[in-house]
Amino acid sequence: MASKVIQAFYNDDDVLMHAVKKVKAAKHHIEEVYCPFPVHGLDKAMGLAPTRIAITSFLYGCVGLTVAVVMMNFIMIEDWPQDIGGKPSFSYLENMPAFVPIMFELTVFFAAHLMVITFYLRSRLWPFKKAENPDVRTTDDHFLMEIEIHDNEQELKDLLADTGAVEINISEKNSH
Amino acid sequence: MYTFSNRLKIGSIILMAVGLLGIIGGFVMAPGTVDEAKAMVASHDGGHGESVDTHAAVAEHGDGHDAAHDEHLLHQLQNKPWAALYVAAFFFMMIALGVLAFYAIQRAAQAGWSPLLFRVMEGITAYLVPGGIIVFVILLLSVLHMNHLFVWMDPEVVAHDELLQGKSGYLNPTFFLIRAAVFLGGWIAYREYSRKLSLQQDESSDNSKFVLNFRISAAFLVFYLISESIMSWDWIMSVDPHWFSTLFGWYIFASMFVSGITVIAMVTIYLKSKGLLPDVNDSHIHDLAKFMFGISIFWTYLWFSQFMLIWYSDIPEEVTYYVTRIEDYKLPFFGMIAMNFVFPLLLLMNSDFKRVNWFVVLAGIVILAGHYLDIFNAIMPATVGDQWYIGLSEISSVLFFAGLFIFWVFRALATAPLQPKRNPFIEESRHFHY
Repeated sequence: MASKVIQAFYNDDDVLMHAVKKVKAAKHHIEEVYCPFPVHGLDKAMGLAPTRIAITSFLYGCVGLTVAVVMMNFIMIEDWPQDIGGKPSFSYLENMPAFVPIMFELTVFFAAHLMVITFYLRSRLWPFKKAENPDVRTTDDHFLMEIEIHDNEQELKDLLADTGAVEINISEKNSH
Repeated sequence: MYTFSNRLKIGSIILMAVGLLGIIGGFVMAPGTVDEAKAMVASHDGGHGESVDTHAAVAEHGDGHDAAHDEHLLHQLQNKPWAALYVAAFFFMMIALGVLAFYAIQRAAQAGWSPLLFRVMEGITAYLVPGGIIVFVILLLSVLHMNHLFVWMDPEVVAHDELLQGKSGYLNPTFFLIRAAVFLGGWIAYREYSRKLSLQQDESSDNSKFVLNFRISAAFLVFYLISESIMSWDWIMSVDPHWFSTLFGWYIFASMFVSGITVIAMVTIYLKSKGLLPDVNDSHIHDLAKFMFGISIFWTYLWFSQFMLIWYSDIPEEVTYYVTRIEDYKLPFFGMIAMNFVFPLLLLMNSDFKRVNWFVVLAGIVILAGHYLDIFNAIMPATVGDQWYIGLSEISSVLFFAGLFIFWVFRALATAPLQPKRNPFIEESRHFHY
């Protein structure tokens, strides 16, 4: 379904932050903000729900720890017991200290990599994906705020012009 | 401006008085003769029963050995009140020293978030003067053979020990005391000078005092890293004079650093609860809690690095250190890992919890108790052996030094405004926001 959106350009992140707060105060729903770099506190100003990626990271870490424990038990104790430095590995518990570095590394490895992959999936990013940003200037030095129009084009235009936008466009957009 | 409230003052004086009575009690109750020591252990064993086996095993070696064992037992029991006093004295001195290092790092890094907390840190480091002097006096009494905390100080022992003879160029009482005096003198001199500059900066019309403070802090950190490392060998590692670990200085540093940061957070939260430090916000507490979390993990990393290399290589002269601890100190040794690692890891992992003040205080209490145990585990096995327990001497010593610490720190906090006026970063610190 195609819908009409209004796009306001800003050339400073402080001006953008004030604009976002002003638009939110006027009870308009901000569809999206495109930035050349992460703007601190923007998510809170836009009223986005807090991220849950930290929870996934914790769970992935637990998975990594479990994998390390099971893997080392299989490799060093069950499948091919080895004698390293005079320590015959017939008991997992007695050899546990030797496996701690592996537990630590795999916990970090799983948490970090799976968290990044989750972030990409959730953001619908993958290799060769066509960029979604509506204007190439948002990858350089401009910020773009996008608001959906519901028969209030003029009102929005006035409001955005008031917030210090350097350019205001109306465009058709195909929602995904 | 903070005024030292009467309730807190009386509370700290009561702590000191009760602690002092207990410390004296501990010394009075220490056995004077071999027979008394045997009687004490016999009555103690009655309750437990497990260590009777080891005594039976020892008895088989014959009477001569048995007498030597009894003599050794007497020394251990006589050491106990001294060791308890020393552990607590060192622990509270270490908190002030850890805060001093943290403070110097903030100064040298010209950190923008922390200037609001400088007066709190300066208040805590004030304890370095009495705390350091008390530790020095205990070391001096050891050199004077009032106790047997450091076996290498005993010429009888050195005469029969080639390893100690080889180390005597470094480990001898004179050089030991000179080093202690130089280190304490250096730390206290920096603390007093930096505090003076910090107060002068408030009345100053330019930033010259601030810049000078930055310079001496950077220089102090160099001195601190070297002196702290040597201090940890001298004052802690040398109670086991045959044993050595190359990362011991770092390990003790991590312990003092995390304890210091925890106390900064706790004092700040206390002052905030009194309506002081109005510009200190949740983000400052959050940052301190992040440091508590991070340095707790750093401590664990060092603890484990030290443990695993020694456990893996299994060299007799090294591994005895851990054998003693795992055999005789199982509960405090492994309990310390739970308190210093697992507890802060789970409690302080969540970002939101780091902003809940009572939660930070709760985690802080566990961390402080855990790091007391850390020093306990470092000193006790070599000085009292398997005769340890957390009894009158230990608790009283902690009470006494806790009282002295509170008294001295809050008295120092009351001597200057809690918020620096003219620190060039004070505006940034006030707006600090996570």
